[in-house]
Amino acid sequence: MIKIRALKVNLGDFWLEDINLDIEEGEYFIILGPTGAGKTVLLEALAGLYPISQGEIWSDGREISHLYPEKRGMGIVYQDQALFPHLSVKDNIAFGLKFMSYPREKVRERVDDMVGLLKISHLVERNPSTLSGGERQKVALARALATDPRVLLLDEPLSALDPETKEGLQGELRELHHRVKVTVIHVTHDFEEAVALGNRVAVLNEGQIVQVGTPDEVLRRPKSEFVAHFALSRNILSGRAGDGEDGYTMVDVGGIEIRAITELRDEVHLSLRPEDILISRQPLHSSARNSLSGVVADIIPRGAVIYVTVSLPLELTCLITRQSLEDLELRRGMKVWVTFKAGAVHVF
Amino acid sequence: MTKALWRRPEGMSVVFILLSGLILVFIFAPLLKTVTSSGPGTLWGTLLEQDVYTSILLTIYAAFIATLVGLFLGVPLAYILARRSFWGKGFLEGLIDIPIVIPHSAAGIALLFVFGQQFLFGRIFHGLGVDFVNTVAGVVIAMMFVSLPFLIDSAKDGFRGVDVRLEKVARTLGASAWQSFLRVSLPLAWRNIFSGSVMMWARGMSEFGAVLILAYHVPFMGHYPVADSILVADRFASFGLDSARPVTVLVILISLITFITLRTIACRGVRT
Repeated sequence: MIKIRALKVNLGDFWLEDINLDIEEGEYFIILGPTGAGKTVLLEALAGLYPISQGEIWSDGREISHLYPEKRGMGIVYQDQALFPHLSVKDNIAFGLKFMSYPREKVRERVDDMVGLLKISHLVERNPSTLSGGERQKVALARALATDPRVLLLDEPLSALDPETKEGLQGELRELHHRVKVTVIHVTHDFEEAVALGNRVAVLNEGQIVQVGTPDEVLRRPKSEFVAHFALSRNILSGRAGDGEDGYTMVDVGGIEIRAITELRDEVHLSLRPEDILISRQPLHSSARNSLSGVVADIIPRGAVIYVTVSLPLELTCLITRQSLEDLELRRGMKVWVTFKAGAVHVF
Repeated sequence: MTKALWRRPEGMSVVFILLSGLILVFIFAPLLKTVTSSGPGTLWGTLLEQDVYTSILLTIYAAFIATLVGLFLGVPLAYILARRSFWGKGFLEGLIDIPIVIPHSAAGIALLFVFGQQFLFGRIFHGLGVDFVNTVAGVVIAMMFVSLPFLIDSAKDGFRGVDVRLEKVARTLGASAWQSFLRVSLPLAWRNIFSGSVMMWARGMSEFGAVLILAYHVPFMGHYPVADSILVADRFASFGLDSARPVTVLVILISLITFITLRTIACRGVRT
C-alpha cells in the first residue's frame, strides 16, 4: 500500500501542495490532470527522482521519503519510453537485473519471462531505434517489470501512440495488471483512458488534488466545474436552486427550470452528461422529470457518435448515434424535445 | 531509371562554393607547401637527431598526460555544468573558456604566479615532491591550462545530449548514481568526450607561449629537450628557415596523422 501524506513539492512556478493519497496494493490508480498540472513531478517525487519539500511517502508500512530511487522498489515507464539507445532490447530488459546480483542463468530466465509476458520474443536482438512506438512501450514495460517492483509508475504511456496501437496497448495493460497484480500508478490527461483502465482516479489541477473517486464517481459526480469540464460533461450550467414539487429541487437556469435531486440551495452549478439526454421530435411520455423544447443549433459528428447542440435558449449538448441521427432526420433549426431524469442532473 | 531534371545552379550556391574554395586554399596551401619542401631522406635524418626526437616524444607524452588529467578532472565538471542549474553558472562557463582567449604567454605568467615555488600551490606541490618550473609537470599543466576548455565544452555538450530520463530510469531499475553515470551517461556521451579529448590533446601539442614561460628545457629521457613548438621557433631564430623547415614538416606530419586518425575514430558512426 502506498500512503502519501501532506506532500509538498516546489515546481518553480507553483507548488504541488497538500497531496494526500492512499493507494491500495494491486490497485490500478490513475492520476488525471491537464498538461502542466504537476502529474509527472508527482510521479517522480514518489520514485525519489524529484526532491520533495515536505510530507511523507509510505510504502508497505515503511517510510521511503528519504530513500534513494534505487531503494524504493518503483519502476517507471515514460511517455517516450526512454529506452537505452546503446543497448539491445534484451540488454534493456536485463539492465536492472544486473544490480540484483542474479547469476547469469537467472537473468536470462527473467528476461525470457518478461519477453514472453509482453509477447516481444521476436524483438530481443533488435536495437530500440528500429522499433515502433507500441513495441518500444512494451519493451519499456518489460524492463520496468523485470526487477519485480512493488509499484509500477506509468507516465502518459499511451499518449504518443496512434489510436489503434493505443487501444490495443490499453487492453494489454489491463490484462498485464490482472496477471502481474502489481500496484500501478498511471498518469494521464486523457479522461477516457482513465475510465478504461483505472480502479480509482485522482484529479490533479494546478498542483492540488481536487477529487478522488472511482471513474464513475468522477464521471457522474464531479465536485467542481473544473472536474466536470475535464470529465467531458459538456453541459455545465449555473443557476439558483430552490424547493420544487414532489420533493425535487427546482433549479432556475437563466429562466429555464430544471428538476434535480439535491439538498443544496441558492447559487449552484449543474452538470449533465450528454449521453444522459434523450432527444426527440415529439414530447416523450416517460418517468423523466425534465422535458424541454428547443431548436437544433449544431450537429457535430465525432466518429461513430454525433453531438447535437439544442438551444433552449440555454444550450445543451446531447449524444446520439449515427443511426438515431438518420432516424430522427435532424437538421439545424428543427424544433426538438430534450428529456432527462432529475437524477441525471448533478448539482454541486 | 528516371533522369533528374537539370537546373541552373543558384547564385548563392555558386558564391558559397567559390568562397569555400578560397578558405580551403588558405588553410591547405601553407601546409602542403611546407610538407613537400623536404625530402624523405632529410626528414629521416632530422628525426634521428636526439633533440628532435626527444622533443617530439616529450610533446606527445606531455599532451597525453595533460589530456588524461583533463579527463579525470574535467569530465565531472562538464557533467555538473550539463545537469545542474546554479547561480553564477553562466559566469563560470565563461571563465572556463578564458584560457582560449587570453594570450598564451600571459597564461604562462599566470601559471607561474600560482605554481612557482614561491607561491602557495607551488609550495604545496613542492612539499609533495612535484615542481612545475622547467619540468615535464610544468609542460603538462601549461598544455592542460590552455586546452582544457575544448574537452570540457565538448563533454558538456555530450552530457546535455543524454536524455536525463535515461538516468532516472536507470535509478529506478536499481542503479546507484555512480552506476547510472558509468552505465548510461558516460557511454552515451563518450563520443563527445573522446572527440573533446582529441581536440585537447591536439591543442596541447601545439602550445608554445605558456610552455615557453613555465617549462623551457625540461629533463626528459635523460636529456633536456624543449617542446616541439619551441624547437621550431629556436631553430628558426638561431639558424634560419632551412634549419627549421624539416623539424616543422615532421611536427606537422605527426600531428596531422595522429589527429586525423583519432578524429576518424571519434566520428565513426556519427550521422549529420
